[in-house]
Amino acid sequence: MDKLDRRRFLKCSLAAAGGMMLPRVLSGGSILGSGGDASASVAHAGLSQVEARYYKKLEHKEIECELCPRKCKVGDRERGYCGCRDNQNGTYYTLVHSYPCSANVDPIEKKPLFHFLPGTKAFSIATAGCNLNCKFCQNWEISQVRPEQVRTYHLPPEEIAAYARESGSRSIAYTYSEPIDFYEYMLDCATAGRKRGIKSVVITAGYINHEPWLELIREVDAIKVDFKAFTEDFYQDICHGKLKPVMDALVDLARSNIWYELVYLVVPTLNDDSNDIRRMSKWMVKELGSDVPIHFTRFHPMYLLKNLPPTPVSTLEKARNVALDEGMNFVYVGNVSGHEGEHTYCPGCRQVVIKRVGYRIIQMNLKDGKCSFCRKAIPGVWS
Amino acid sequence: MSKSKVVVVKSSGVIRASGKVNTRLLAQMVEQGLCRLTSESSSEDAIRHYFSPKDKVGLKVNCLAGRMASTHPEIALVVAGQLKAIGVKEKNMIMWDRSSRELEEVGYSLNANGDGPRCYGTDAQGVGYSQDLINYRNIGSLLSRIMESFTTVQLNLPVLKDHSLSGVTCALKNYFGAVHNPNKYHDDGCDPFIADLNQVPQIREQQRLVVCDALRVQYNGGPAYHPQWAENFGGIVVGDDPVAVDFVGYQIIDRIRRGHGLPSLEKAGRKPKHIFTAADGQHNLGKASLEEIDLVETRI
Repeated sequence: MDKLDRRRFLKCSLAAAGGMMLPRVLSGGSILGSGGDASASVAHAGLSQVEARYYKKLEHKEIECELCPRKCKVGDRERGYCGCRDNQNGTYYTLVHSYPCSANVDPIEKKPLFHFLPGTKAFSIATAGCNLNCKFCQNWEISQVRPEQVRTYHLPPEEIAAYARESGSRSIAYTYSEPIDFYEYMLDCATAGRKRGIKSVVITAGYINHEPWLELIREVDAIKVDFKAFTEDFYQDICHGKLKPVMDALVDLARSNIWYELVYLVVPTLNDDSNDIRRMSKWMVKELGSDVPIHFTRFHPMYLLKNLPPTPVSTLEKARNVALDEGMNFVYVGNVSGHEGEHTYCPGCRQVVIKRVGYRIIQMNLKDGKCSFCRKAIPGVWS
Repeated sequence: MSKSKVVVVKSSGVIRASGKVNTRLLAQMVEQGLCRLTSESSSEDAIRHYFSPKDKVGLKVNCLAGRMASTHPEIALVVAGQLKAIGVKEKNMIMWDRSSRELEEVGYSLNANGDGPRCYGTDAQGVGYSQDLINYRNIGSLLSRIMESFTTVQLNLPVLKDHSLSGVTCALKNYFGAVHNPNKYHDDGCDPFIADLNQVPQIREQQRLVVCDALRVQYNGGPAYHPQWAENFGGIVVGDDPVAVDFVGYQIIDRIRRGHGLPSLEKAGRKPKHIFTAADGQHNLGKASLEEIDLVETRI
């Protein structure tokens, strides 16, 4: 929770493969009382005490959170499911405002957002906490812990915007954990960023209530939603959530003007059924339209699902083919570097308009948002 | 079928008019509770049923709700005295909970390396949580290193309270304070999460004895302190079956609620399902019916 020298922070952030994620302090290692491993520039978690938005006060100092569909009823001195919002004497506080635990400069393709300012950098931040608990979480060491269990920087919104600008980023990305849970901080950063000409992109599971969702949509520039599955069982058993609120959130996006893309992490045996993917594709074509990009990405064994193998590439290809077959225009394969499913193809002439390898763009056949070959407009935010 | 014995010891004078605990009386209550539980005539012989001098004993208290609704430090100290009397070294006793700050707020004196029993939270520097995840039934958690590495057995010192989510918090729920993410286990009245957590081998195998603080019982509005619903019950509940202790605690809360004209926990929609889940055939952690519990109630 140190206030950092900006030049030093950026130097740190840009080092080591493009960024850093602060280590957790869940485990000590040294003998009690014998010092510690916190460096001079990083201190143990700071906790903010900024009043949360979207909650109501109940009797006897209880509150009900109205931010996400869980609607946690939280007693005095207790926390919500997310672990980062705390009832203190009947007032609900976010503990993570201005205290990110991760900060990196990433290519926007890593989010992945393929149709939003391609080839640009995104200043990416996260705090501890998540309102889901997906058994396959790739970032569980920050998402499934409490804010006091990770190390943090003290970075108020104005400083985030300044860092973003100085790092040459075109956007601030709220990512890695679940930004819904640092909602207040995210909105304040988006405001600060806008003043400096920096856009904001949100990487979320979309597990949020209607009203705060619509406000968020108004305040940011792009959203990527992790659509976990198309079955209620998966959401309940694997993610500890529900499907319907996410579908509703996607429909809200479709009715808005914001740019958004979807990711579907294909987990072997759990959500890789072609029939489910077909049903989902049909639903997307009908409710969201055929132009919303969807990325079928590869699962790697992690967190509570270490017993499953990585997704076979053939399974991803099958999912992609099903979605294409149902009429989706921009269907990608993710986490398989060098795969032809990483490229953007023109739905008109089928030529490659953006050629990618991993997060790198190696060829752009797009001019003024149109295919260079047939001049068909390609949906997205290109400049 | 053997019954689980649970001893409730009460004394009307254990909480003085000033609100302070009469430590001498409390020590007698603990002694009597242990002796009646084990049918021994001395507390040393009684506590030897559960602990040996070589043990490293965790005294897991519950300090989340501040001074008025947490395990009294006096109980932890009395029990530590009993352990010392049979030869457990003070440096091998740790009074602990989630955070040092919360322990201190309740009146515990933090002690990392000094004389006397140790006392600190999992968040103390150099402690933290295990590297490896527990992945068991519905549990995915990191365990406090106080349980994982610093101690070998646990003496569970919960406080008996009403709980807005689980109905009752007592011995079983006390181990929510041993993992890094208890907030993930609040759905459905914390059920089956509490039972699953107590079935985790690292917890089940360390659990030896429960001495529950029922001196002041928060019988409604818990787990936070609400003075209008706190009763000076003046009791402790002792047992080696945490499920049976919780079941008896549940009965105590319901009895107090009846006395104050409140509906039972079940009618209030907060039946503590986790107690019965812990007793079911899948968990087998103890007994949860009066027919299976040998309940001894005594007064000093």
